[in-house]
Amino acid sequence: MKSAVIVFPGSNCDRDIAVALEQVTGRKPAMVWHRDSALPDGTDFIALPGGFSYGDYLRSGAMAARSPIMAAVRDAAGRGVPVIGICNGFQVLTEAGLLPGALMRNAGLSFVCRPVPLKVENSQSLFTCGYEAGETVLFPVAHHDGNYQADEATLDRLEDEGRVAFRYLDSVNGSARQIAGILNDTGNVLGLMPHPERAVEAAHGATDGRRLFEGLLETVA
Amino acid sequence: MKARVFVTLKPGVLDPQGKAIHHALEGLGFAGVNDVRAGKLIELDLADGTSDGAIEEMCRKLLANTVIENFRIERLEDA
Repeated sequence: MKSAVIVFPGSNCDRDIAVALEQVTGRKPAMVWHRDSALPDGTDFIALPGGFSYGDYLRSGAMAARSPIMAAVRDAAGRGVPVIGICNGFQVLTEAGLLPGALMRNAGLSFVCRPVPLKVENSQSLFTCGYEAGETVLFPVAHHDGNYQADEATLDRLEDEGRVAFRYLDSVNGSARQIAGILNDTGNVLGLMPHPERAVEAAHGATDGRRLFEGLLETVA
Repeated sequence: MKARVFVTLKPGVLDPQGKAIHHALEGLGFAGVNDVRAGKLIELDLADGTSDGAIEEMCRKLLANTVIENFRIERLEDA
């Protein structure tokens, strides 16, 4: 698997995802700067990492979503290349219009930073085929703007089409229907607030995130 | 030429910050505040002759997230 990690000014989980990808795939991902206009040839997986791109100015992910590299990401996503956006990466994907809805300030106004249990709602996607449907996994969250909101029609459509990938077991940030992660309509773009890349080795306290990357490797490679 | 862009949350979109401000106002003893909604004011210093359409495009493409926000443009011709 030839992966690329997009690095924005203010990304801070780019190295976490790079380490996780290297551990699972045996291959270092290309680190692609946001000012670049093209992805390395043959890129077959793209990760938008967590962090605080552009200091969350204007809205979380708003500036990053308009970076030069995003045209190439959009193009690759359109060709079916799997794209994952974690935390700030999820915010970037919604701001870029690659995923529906928006991520707003947490309902409790506090930054939430702790491991949270999630229910795997869809185990048929590229990203979740390493899990059982209905399984509970533990991923850490660390965000201020993770309150997922969309209009009722969009939420119904996401539910009906099996595009809710992960759901919080408890209310974490006020997200509509406790949604933690969603897929696009073609199933090759996943955005989620929790951090699977920070749950890949025993020292992290949980290893449930590892299967996301292992499953992906199996499907992509 | 200057213009102001007011970005506000769409009606019905939950506004946790507005709620917190509301609570704080009540805590300070201000009675009679029915609701608070927080938004943004963006001031643009523009080349003369910038069209309404261009400003609107700026709003749609970047300044507002039209999934959750509305915007209103106010031109200040002589500012």
